[in-house]
Amino acid sequence: MKKLKSTLPNMVIVLTVTTMIAGFLLGYFYQSTAEAREKAAKEKLVGAISQVVSGFDNDPSAEKTEIMVDNQQVVIYPAMRGGELIGCAVESSSNNGFSGKITIVTGFDRDCNILGYNVISHAETPGLGAKMNEWFRNDSNRSVVGRNPINKVLKVTKDNGEIDGITAATISSRAFLEAINTAAEGAMTYYQQSTK
Amino acid sequence: MNFFKTIYHSAVLENPTFVLLLGMCPTLGTTSSAINGMSMGLATTGVLICSNGAISAIKNLVPDTIRIPVYIVVIATFVTLLQMLMQAYTPALNESLGIYIPLIVVNCILLGRAEAFASRHNVVSSIADGIGSGLGFTIALTILGAFREFLGSGSIASLQIFPESNGALLFILAPGAFITLGFLIAIYRYFQNKKS
Repeated sequence: MKKLKSTLPNMVIVLTVTTMIAGFLLGYFYQSTAEAREKAAKEKLVGAISQVVSGFDNDPSAEKTEIMVDNQQVVIYPAMRGGELIGCAVESSSNNGFSGKITIVTGFDRDCNILGYNVISHAETPGLGAKMNEWFRNDSNRSVVGRNPINKVLKVTKDNGEIDGITAATISSRAFLEAINTAAEGAMTYYQQSTK
Repeated sequence: MNFFKTIYHSAVLENPTFVLLLGMCPTLGTTSSAINGMSMGLATTGVLICSNGAISAIKNLVPDTIRIPVYIVVIATFVTLLQMLMQAYTPALNESLGIYIPLIVVNCILLGRAEAFASRHNVVSSIADGIGSGLGFTIALTILGAFREFLGSGSIASLQIFPESNGALLFILAPGAFITLGFLIAIYRYFQNKKS
């Protein structure tokens, strides 16, 4: 077959047909994978929630509530056992990371003590800020687990706080703690509202 | 045997990373560990095989003047399909490759192979070229990732060899990628020259 000449009608027809086929394919796959993609995203969220709070028997992701804290939206996933509120997982974020938004799910008990956390998404530097998903656990000076941001706002040692930030990644550490503090305020507000 | 000859030619003699120096952005960006490099290479290989085959099949229907936009539409379609399938069925892999998947669209290896090979050869050799270039890219990225991971964090494929704190952070960051890549290209050239 001879190659098509570059005349205007040829070009218009070829480009239109190509984009139409591409659009059709994309639309078809978008629809046929929609269910599986939603399920995968939900499973990830449920996995993150059960990592930070435990012992609940409800479906926290189905009972989520949204709360505004200092003009920031946080999402609360209440954890219930036998109809009683035992804690919650809070999804919060900070825009002050070294490169963009950091989103964290933090688990709190009824007194707003931190039970655990899980970094959902971030774009921090590999080898530096990206260590945050492990850094703030284990060691007592670094760990945020068990601390209570309501009694004492979490800060890095550089800002006269108690938490050892990630070495050479103070900006990421500050943003991380900021998101945790926001989450704690959200949890607090939620508890006050739900006991009314 | 022509099929395998094409694969060898595209993977070794015209290795996209070490000889053609194409696709440097994902090469430097994703190779902070061996596994990341390999997954990126394999994802690119998948798209490259499909796009090379498709472009070779439609090469006579596309007028010369608009070939680049048509190729880009074809490549972008395959990349988006791949991303939707990964979101749906392999969420963990999608998580670890994150933003690099959409970036395959602008990887010049794909456009380069489409322009230099697929638009001039039949479908079968174009697919062979896709397999070859893809494998060459994957191997290069894996080697580069392994070196950087070893020097930077003391492990290869997540297997700890010496403590992470003794690693040189430089190799995890961008400058280390350039340095390692430079040395690898020099070694590759040395052996190529020796052979010829």
